[in-house]
This record gives sequence, structure tokens and C-alpha cells, in this order.
Amino acid sequence: MNENLHHITAVAKREWRAYFDSPVAYVFIIIFLMLSGFFTFSIARFFETGQADLTGFFQWHPWLYMILVPAVAMRLWAEERRSGTIELLFTVSVTPLQALLGKFIAAWLFMILALILTFPVVLTAVYLGSPDLGMVASGYLGSALLAGAYVAAGMFTSALTRNQVISFILAVVIGLFLILAGYPPVTDLLAQHAPGWLVDGVASFSFMPHFEALQRGVIDLRDLTYFASVIVFMLFSTQVVLKNKVGR
Amino acid sequence: MINASGLIKNFGYRRAVDDVSFEAQKGAVVGILGPNGAGKTTTIRMVAGFLVPDAGTVWVKGIDVAADPVAAQKHIGYMPETTPLYEDMTVSGFLRFLAEVRGFSGAERQRRVDEVIERCFLQPVRNQSIDTLSKGYRQRTCFAQTLLHDPDILLLDEPTEGLDPNQKQVVRDMIREMSKEKVIMLSTHVLEEVEAICTRAIIISAGKVVADDQPSVLKTRSTRYNAVTLDVEGEGIPAILETFPNIGKIQTLSTDGNRSRLFLLPKLGKPIAADVLETAREKRWKLFDLKVDEGRLDDVFRRITTTEDIREAE
Repeated sequence: MNENLHHITAVAKREWRAYFDSPVAYVFIIIFLMLSGFFTFSIARFFETGQADLTGFFQWHPWLYMILVPAVAMRLWAEERRSGTIELLFTVSVTPLQALLGKFIAAWLFMILALILTFPVVLTAVYLGSPDLGMVASGYLGSALLAGAYVAAGMFTSALTRNQVISFILAVVIGLFLILAGYPPVTDLLAQHAPGWLVDGVASFSFMPHFEALQRGVIDLRDLTYFASVIVFMLFSTQVVLKNKVGR
Repeated sequence: MINASGLIKNFGYRRAVDDVSFEAQKGAVVGILGPNGAGKTTTIRMVAGFLVPDAGTVWVKGIDVAADPVAAQKHIGYMPETTPLYEDMTVSGFLRFLAEVRGFSGAERQRRVDEVIERCFLQPVRNQSIDTLSKGYRQRTCFAQTLLHDPDILLLDEPTEGLDPNQKQVVRDMIREMSKEKVIMLSTHVLEEVEAICTRAIIISAGKVVADDQPSVLKTRSTRYNAVTLDVEGEGIPAILETFPNIGKIQTLSTDGNRSRLFLLPKLGKPIAADVLETAREKRWKLFDLKVDEGRLDDVFRRITTTEDIREAE
């Protein structure tokens, strides 16, 4: 097997196992499912709206991820740095890029697993009516991409510090910015004081318009490119930070 | 196999390693000695490819470590000072992960893991979670990891730190056993260890190499080298000995009538025992005991790492 791939999968497998060898994975998945059920059924009133679509389910994901994904990502590098295992990892022919890709893949797949486990919501909608399954699939795609962007941001803040709490808080702040930058109450407020191009510029950083388009079932290359660029940018920044920290 | 030249590493305004050069060939067990903070760990980290030197180069089997750490690290087994381990893994799980990273898979991977577990006496804890291990087992687990790919070069940063005497002996025996076909570089501040296993000692102080020689040669730089401890009975002995040109200082340790125990310090490490013995025979002194000092490494170590001016004078 190609050495790059070999190292990436070895690191990814170790991270994946680390989630499930500790209670983290189970606690996270249970809380995630409970909260997404709570928001969908109690807050968004899935049953009362009388519509067989999953808008009420997906619209809360940016907020859920904002809090929960940093909890999954915060240990990725902070723990390696605190315990010194980073010195081991980077002296056994593993490069920072291979290691961070492995970690990213593991954390993202873990989020995708949690997302897949929300399938009963889809079953409920199908049982009660006939939702547009294309729209549901596109919504899931959007949510998975959104989770990937959060994971990448969380991994970046994790590389910045050996303190997991700081990493968590920084990741939440970045997540909050990326949500609020395009949130109508915020853009309206900004529009009163700033020129239109600036408001649009800031708003275009936001997850929201891209995620909403995917929720509506519109798979636009520009939205996919947006998520891909957020992920690539965050991974690249992580690599820069790591190279700086380890003196490479 | 290892060749370092002109290594410099700064941390902020502090120069941790200042123009360090050395080389080591197969069969060598090189001990890096020095007070805490002298730059031992930083030097080893640069050889291991974890830190990039600000100036200078390390070649490992002809590979420039800073330019191609991935290739160089294939020949290196490295045990960091803090013995970092993934706490949530089991001993065998940890070793399997590292064997995989080292490029082994399937049956070959399992064979390698089993082999190092046996070699490092880890069988009793192989399925135990690492966070429950004692210090000695942690040390050996981290050591085992360095052997997985049977590297030509072992870099061990304080391999026996914090172990009990039996465990230290085990680690030393392992190092000695492997030294024939490898280059082993270890840092330590335990001087007895250097005498016990190292073929060469490099003493680093304030980031500079201040001595680089065989331990037995280094010991000759001790002020006590060739000093004589004497238990003797006879008339006016100290007065006679004082006339010897090579004896610098005479200390009387104890006296009992004409019998006394004396400590004779030579000038500049010159041999004096033969002269003393000959005089004793001529004057018919009664000699109970005579010991010649081989010199002490801790003495040398203290002198060259504390005062610069003594080194200049030599």
C-alpha cells in the first residue's frame, strides 16, 4: 500500500478506536440523538406543522454542531501535545499532513455515524407522509459537509493549544461566527452601519445560506465548493500551526 | 552512522544548543551527559528529526535529517524523555499501532509485536491499559516501541530514569546486548551508567560539547586519578613523602602511633604508586594496604560542567 495512505489509515483507525474505547463516543451519540430529537419534535413541532419534510430537523444542526463538534475535536491535538505523544507520532516517519488527515477523517466519520443514527426521523416522516427523499438526501449531504467544516475548525483550534478547554471555547466562537455572519438579524443590523458589499462579503463566509440551499434540495457546486474550501483552509492552517509547534 | 556538525538551536533568546558536533559509528554506545538544561534532550530531538536545527546538519546513514525526516526516521528508534504513550490503549494495541505506522501488517506485524513484548519482558501486562502501568512497565513499553522495525540507530533519552535498580539492570543488559549491531545514543545524568555501558561519553554543558572521549580516558582527567590511599607503619613517613616531586598534597586520614592512613594526591595525575612502593621497601615500612585511584567520572563531570576556567587552563 502507498505509504501516505498507510499512515493516514493507521492514524485514523487509532483515533476511531480512541473514541469507542472511552465513554466519549457513547455519551456523545446519545446526547446528539436526544437533542436533535428534542429540537425536531418539541421545538420545531414536527408533528403539529403537518408537513412531511425535515426542515425542522436540519435547521438546528448548525447550532447543535456548534456546541457538540468542538467536544469531539478538542482532544485531537491538544491531548497529543499535553501528553507528549506528538513527539512519538512525528518521529516515526509520520508527517503532520498524514497525521492531521487521519485524525480529520476519523472525527468526521464519527460525526457522520452520529448523523446516520438519526434515521428514525426519516422513517417517521416517511410513515406519516411522503417527503421528498431527494431533498432529504441533499439535507443529509449538507449536514455532513457542515459537520466536516466544524470538525476541521475544531481540529485547528485543538492544534493551537495544549488545553482542551481553550480549544473548545475557541472552536465554539469560530462556529458562532460562521453561523451568525449570515444570520438575518445580524446582517440587518450590520446593513444599517456598513456598506452593502461589506455585509455581503461577511455574510458569504456564513454556513447558513449554503446549508439552507442544500436543505431545500438544491445541490449547487458553489455550495459544495464553499464547504470544501472551509475544510481545506482549516486543515491547511492546522498544518501550518503543527509545523511551527514541532519546529519542522 | 550518525554525523552531526555545528548544531545550533535557539528557543527565543536562549541558545539551548551551541555548535554541537559529534559522530558515532556502529557498535558505539554513546552517552550524552550534562546537567539539567544543558541541551541533551534538544540535541537528541534534532537527531530524531523532531526539532529542526537553526544551523548545522545531522546526517543519519548519509540522510540529512532536517531535509528528509521521514527517510531518516526509518533507521531510527527513538524513546523521548517523557516516555509518552497513548494512555487509553493497551500495551499490545499501542505496539500494534506503531508497528502499523512502521509499515508492517498482518502476520508480520503480530510477529514483530510479540517479539518486542518478549524482549522487553512485557508479557504480564500485554493486555493491560497503559494508564494503569507502573513506571517501569511504561518505560519498557516505550522502549519496546523503538525496536519494532529493528533500526540501526537507537536514541534513548534517559532510558533508566525513575527505574528501580533491578529494572535498571534489565534495561542496561538489553542495551549492551543490542550494541553490537547498532549505534546507541543515550542521555543520562547517572554517571555509573556511563561507566557501565557506554563506549563513549560526550559531556554537554550550557549547550556546548565540553568533553568527548571514552569514559576510562575521561576519568584520567579527574584530580583523583592515580591518587594513592596508603595504610603504613614506619618512622617519619609524611616528611619523606613530602620530598617526592610528583606528590602534590598529603592528607592524614588517621594515625595510631607510628601507623597512619594517608591519602596522597599526585600533581597533574602523574603515577606515584611505584615510587611509594619502592621507598617503602627501602625504608622497610610495614605496608598494610595501598590503593590506586582510577579517577572518578563525577569528579570530572563536576569540574568541567561548573567552572569554565579550569577547562581553559587544561
